[in-house]
Amino acid sequence: MDRLLFLFATGLARGAIFALFALSLVLIWRAARIVNFAQGAMALVATYAAFAVTGVTGSYWAGLAAGLVAGAAIGLGVERGLMRFTPHSSPLSGVIVAIGLVMVLQSLLGILFGAQYRPMRAPFDDSPIMVGGVPLLSPYDLFVLGVALAVMAVLALLFTRTSLGLQLRASAFAPEVSRVLGVRVGRMVTIGWMLSAAVAALAAMLLVPTELGLNPHATDMLFVYAFAVAVVGGLDSPVGALLGGLVVGLAMTLVTGYLGATVAPIGVLVLLVGVLLVRPGGIFSLREARSA
Amino acid sequence: MSRLLPSLRGIPRTIVLGAVLTVFAIGATFLLDPYRNFQLATVAAYFCATAGLTLLIGRSGQLSLGHAALMAAGGYGYALTANAMTDAGVTGIPRFLAGMLAAVVVSAALGWLLGLAAARLRGPYLAGVTLTLVIAVPAVASVFSGVLRGDQGVQIAYDGVPPVLERLIAVEQWQAWVAILVAGVVVTALAVFARGPVGLRMRAVRDDETAARLNGVRSGRVKVTAFTVSSVAAGAGGAVLCFATQSVSPGAYTLAFSLLLVVAVVLGGLGSIGGAALGSALIVLLPWLLAAGTAALPLPVELAQRLSGNLSILVFGVLLIGVMLVRPGGLVSLRRRRPSRSSGTATAAAPAEQPATTASPPAAAAAGARHP
Repeated sequence: MDRLLFLFATGLARGAIFALFALSLVLIWRAARIVNFAQGAMALVATYAAFAVTGVTGSYWAGLAAGLVAGAAIGLGVERGLMRFTPHSSPLSGVIVAIGLVMVLQSLLGILFGAQYRPMRAPFDDSPIMVGGVPLLSPYDLFVLGVALAVMAVLALLFTRTSLGLQLRASAFAPEVSRVLGVRVGRMVTIGWMLSAAVAALAAMLLVPTELGLNPHATDMLFVYAFAVAVVGGLDSPVGALLGGLVVGLAMTLVTGYLGATVAPIGVLVLLVGVLLVRPGGIFSLREARSA
Repeated sequence: MSRLLPSLRGIPRTIVLGAVLTVFAIGATFLLDPYRNFQLATVAAYFCATAGLTLLIGRSGQLSLGHAALMAAGGYGYALTANAMTDAGVTGIPRFLAGMLAAVVVSAALGWLLGLAAARLRGPYLAGVTLTLVIAVPAVASVFSGVLRGDQGVQIAYDGVPPVLERLIAVEQWQAWVAILVAGVVVTALAVFARGPVGLRMRAVRDDETAARLNGVRSGRVKVTAFTVSSVAAGAGGAVLCFATQSVSPGAYTLAFSLLLVVAVVLGGLGSIGGAALGSALIVLLPWLLAAGTAALPLPVELAQRLSGNLSILVFGVLLIGVMLVRPGGLVSLRRRRPSRSSGTATAAAPAEQPATTASPPAAAAAGARHP
């Protein structure tokens, strides 16, 4: 029972990271109708930037801020320099270009920094706090949960309470009408990409200290989990991403805890196929897309 | 190629062409040294998989990032059956055929299951599921390590040159022959399939699923068929690769390799079987050339170590992006005349297609199935 409680608490913290990353996929999907398969690699570049800044300044917080800025800059660069020129004749071209980008970024990181794991430290204790004799969350887990919830709250405020948020939503749902009404749709798409890439970078920076360390493939599994989250929650729905993140985080922590880490990818596969067979649009999707 | 043998048309023409090219490729093995012959066998094995993948992506519009997993299924099917046959005392060609049959059955079953899921999914969802599948390959191998032997993989007994040919050819050349023969049969069958009625329906579903369904095409069934056929080709490729390397292990079928298959297909030209052949040769030869090139340069050891592997991925990534942005038709579109302007931009934007198939009469019906 203690173990279940511990896994449950850890699962919440990991689920928050998955939810954050999935939220970044949802942001791009809503802004540009692309599932960005390069999101993991882009976040990884930002994490390497954060790692370098932390190494130079010695401050975790400076690194975190630099990672966020780097993430937004990469989002800007990828959207303006690459995705804008991707042919829209088929939805596959965006995916294929993103895969090319993954290959370029990961191999560049491998050439520049080598394949070894570089441990990343956070200024928090990662041994769990005992509550009534039961080990629960560590201070770092609490920090992760707090940051994730704060970011989600800020994004929710941004999208529902500000003029920029209204323009972002308008240009995502009805680009033509928005353009006629004076919204600069192209700029909104770019802002969507920057926001999304910064959120993904944050998720990667929160995840890496809990894992083996920084490596050119450190975010591969994060992307797979987050994709599963986004699918479970529906790519259209930010609330779905949050709930899906918690579901997938808990499920994966339980699978890893009871069956071993090697089984985790099979667990994701089963979850994905199961959800997609029952509800192809995701469990929390807003509406069924009609085709005929 | 339509200038050669103008009297032959349709399916007989495809079969004759396939046979002639297979004989040519087998003849070419006499000009190559053993290592080149081994590379040729690898290219032929990849060609099986990429030909299936190019039809799946280019003709039916379903993007699979997990064809390496299907190759692995074929490889494991072949290896386990071959080992069982060895234990039962069966050797030589019967063992090979039984192994191939098992590979085809296993990969067809897996492909059918995936296809059932795929038929309900659209582009990015399917890509994500297949991506997860290929990431799960090592996990499956270690969970069922009693049969699949975990990370080590399964080793099979060595298949020597048959006694009749022993004095004539070396073992690498024999492996190349087998690989080329299998690739010839598989790819010719794929080409015939793509020209047939199902191929036509695949293209109709790709271009406009709603219109195709309104015209009575069962889009779900077409997608499942396309996926199954494509995975049989991939499974045959995996089996041949297992035959040539005498082993199959999860380390050989990574995500990187799976993406490389997509690279081959896109670089060659989506939907084009000739392009898949070019692409397969490229993904075997380019890393080898780059490795030889960097080895010739006086680089520090650490840098050389980092470049090995990464450099070819970098080049392939740049090529993939470049081809997608500049020439979505891939390499095969370089030597083709531009389509006439009168048909509008729709045909120019569509993925590359063999000129022979667009010219064939049934394609007009597919064109009618599109939205105006």
